[in-house]
Amino acid sequence: MSGRSQADVPAAGAGSGRGSRQVGPSWRVALGRLGEYFGRHQSLSIVLGLAVVAALLPQIILLPPFNGFGTQRDFVGGFADAGVFVLLAIGLNVVVGFAGLLDLGYAAFFAIGAYTYAYGASPFSGLDIPFWPMLLVGAIVASMFGVLLGAPTLRLRGDYLAIVTLGFGEIVPVVFLNSDKYTNGTNGIVGLSQPSLYGLFGISGYGFTNPWPYFLTVVAIIAVAFIFLYRLQDSRIGRAWVAIREDELAAASMGINTITTKLLAFSIGASTSGLAGVFYASKLSIVSPDQFGFTVSFTALAMVVLGGMGNIWGVAAGAFVVYEIQSQGLKQLGAFVQSLNVPTFALGPVSVNLGSIDFVNFQYLLYGLALVAMMLLRPEGLFPSRRRRSELHETPDEAAESNEELVQA
Amino acid sequence: MTSTTARLRFATVPWRLPFGAAVVLVVAFFVILVGILSQADPSQNLTLVDALPQAQAQFINAITIGAIYALIALGYTMVYGIIELINFAHGEIFMCGSFVSWWLLTTLGFSGAINDPLLLLGVLVLAFFVSMLVMGVVGVVIERLAYRRLRNAPRLAPLITAIGVSFILQNIVFVVVSNSIVTTPQIIPNTQLAFGPISISLINLFVIVLAVALMVALQLFIGRTRLGRAMRSTAIDRDAAQLMGVDINTTIALTFFIGSALAGAAGVVQGLYFGITVFNIGFQAGLKAFTAAVLGGIGNTTGAALGGFVIGFLEVISSVWGQGRWSEAVVFGVLVLVLVFRPTGILGQQLADRA
Repeated sequence: MSGRSQADVPAAGAGSGRGSRQVGPSWRVALGRLGEYFGRHQSLSIVLGLAVVAALLPQIILLPPFNGFGTQRDFVGGFADAGVFVLLAIGLNVVVGFAGLLDLGYAAFFAIGAYTYAYGASPFSGLDIPFWPMLLVGAIVASMFGVLLGAPTLRLRGDYLAIVTLGFGEIVPVVFLNSDKYTNGTNGIVGLSQPSLYGLFGISGYGFTNPWPYFLTVVAIIAVAFIFLYRLQDSRIGRAWVAIREDELAAASMGINTITTKLLAFSIGASTSGLAGVFYASKLSIVSPDQFGFTVSFTALAMVVLGGMGNIWGVAAGAFVVYEIQSQGLKQLGAFVQSLNVPTFALGPVSVNLGSIDFVNFQYLLYGLALVAMMLLRPEGLFPSRRRRSELHETPDEAAESNEELVQA
Repeated sequence: MTSTTARLRFATVPWRLPFGAAVVLVVAFFVILVGILSQADPSQNLTLVDALPQAQAQFINAITIGAIYALIALGYTMVYGIIELINFAHGEIFMCGSFVSWWLLTTLGFSGAINDPLLLLGVLVLAFFVSMLVMGVVGVVIERLAYRRLRNAPRLAPLITAIGVSFILQNIVFVVVSNSIVTTPQIIPNTQLAFGPISISLINLFVIVLAVALMVALQLFIGRTRLGRAMRSTAIDRDAAQLMGVDINTTIALTFFIGSALAGAAGVVQGLYFGITVFNIGFQAGLKAFTAAVLGGIGNTTGAALGGFVIGFLEVISSVWGQGRWSEAVVFGVLVLVLVFRPTGILGQQLADRA
């Protein structure tokens, strides 16, 4: 079975990718052919799809509710930050979604990527290596740490692995916090260099005022990561990951080296996180230990679960939506409720003043509810990959069959 | 990697254990003593005689902290033993328990030590009863709503649900009760009791006695009662137990009730001993308690209790040696090492066959 046939065609690309031999009106045939074409040329469709996304997203400012929330620059800056989480989520998706390993310390690699950039390009270390090679360095360093953590721990069973990674995710910020001599402790490392295009397109240093270069840069990084991950997903390794996720014992007996394959998932996930870390550090121009707590890991996990484990586009969309809700949506919801001027009313003994509720505080309640509801009602996520959906929802026939088996047993 | 590693184990303690524990305790005492001596300000001229009472106080402190972790760890290990789920929400149950007792004690109007022994006893019984009952019920409700439907789902699903539940609990306390540290009334008077050369404050004695009593009661319940037998058989083979007439749902709910009630008790102790609680203590405490459960061999209640004390000592030793800020890193480092080199825990291998 060729992996290409089931490639997800980007939403922005063209209609359905099925039905090459479809007979029908000519426009449907043409659409089918187009879909097939993009199905065969994944990298092209990714680039085109992300280009369309990058072009359309900032135009959201023209639509009614959004035009009141700020300037286009604010939005673009927010999108650039969201891009960091998109990178984190698609990286975590490799570990959780493809290989089925629950990694709860994912922020550690994010931190390692960010600190790598801080060492490479800040007054603290005295070095000033340009951003672009540092992207690669950050990814490599993070993936090395992924191997370092993974090598001893990946033989553990799934839930033990979750705890070990959680512990690792806790240790790394503590180490950065306490090694004052090397990391400047709580204050973090400041004055990191900005990325620069050296005059290309008239841009040299990115500066702090204009978010556009950051936004376009992060979209470009995401595009590269997308192409890389899609290629991997359809490769021998990608199939090995799925095999391990479904049944490790069976995979091992089919000749898959489970340890190296899992290690690869770990290090590739970590490297994407490293990319995100380098970009994030360069955009903020500061790194400090408190940016990389377990909330980051858990947020990324919520994004992956909500988006639909295993589906790269779905996870990216989930990350974007979750990030925007958390950073903008709740704030705007609070402002909106306040503007309604609902009078204070009594709910039993408690008097409720809707206007005074700070919805941002409910962020984790929402994550929690979303995670629970998702697992109970729609475990494949909002935008599931086709394979996951078919795994998690038996067709009625199959369900009946398995019921019969149960009865017979 | 077999699924047989996790079973509720309530085996008899091997004879080597008390001996080994005594050796470990003596060593731990000396590590604390040397730590105090080496970290002391040179100008103080701290002598060995001066350091001894300090070391003894820290030693008891370690046991007390360990008792709290042990109580939480029991819940982890029981739930894991019976349905092989790391109940991430368990740490938050502990946190909620501390808030229930805080709410109760402040509502009753207490703010400091209660000197009337009878009243003190009554209030303590009430606080523990209410907190354990409330948290037990919360545990059962969580199991019913969030975990039961996922009992046969892929393993990742209930884990993620558990994380979600812990978010929900923490955020509810954060929004509804307090977003900062609250002071809990320390109703036990600060009295020092002397037993020969050993002096111990009332609160430490109370916590240690209570924890040991609860653990023994749990052990007896699981080992000697009908319901305990149902729990053990469910842990070994759910289907077979069902065929033998065990009501699986009730048994699992009972496990959650007991585990959560113990965490609720630990929450009360947290308030009484440290005098503070805050909405985010559950995460760290839960992680450490889970480490304790793994240390002792997950599924093994004796091991979980021992693991709790080990974690207590690790924490106190690292703070005595002036490395308190590294204590988390030390605990998680130990967790990783144990999982890598001895995933069955310190007691796991010995007891596995006798369960």
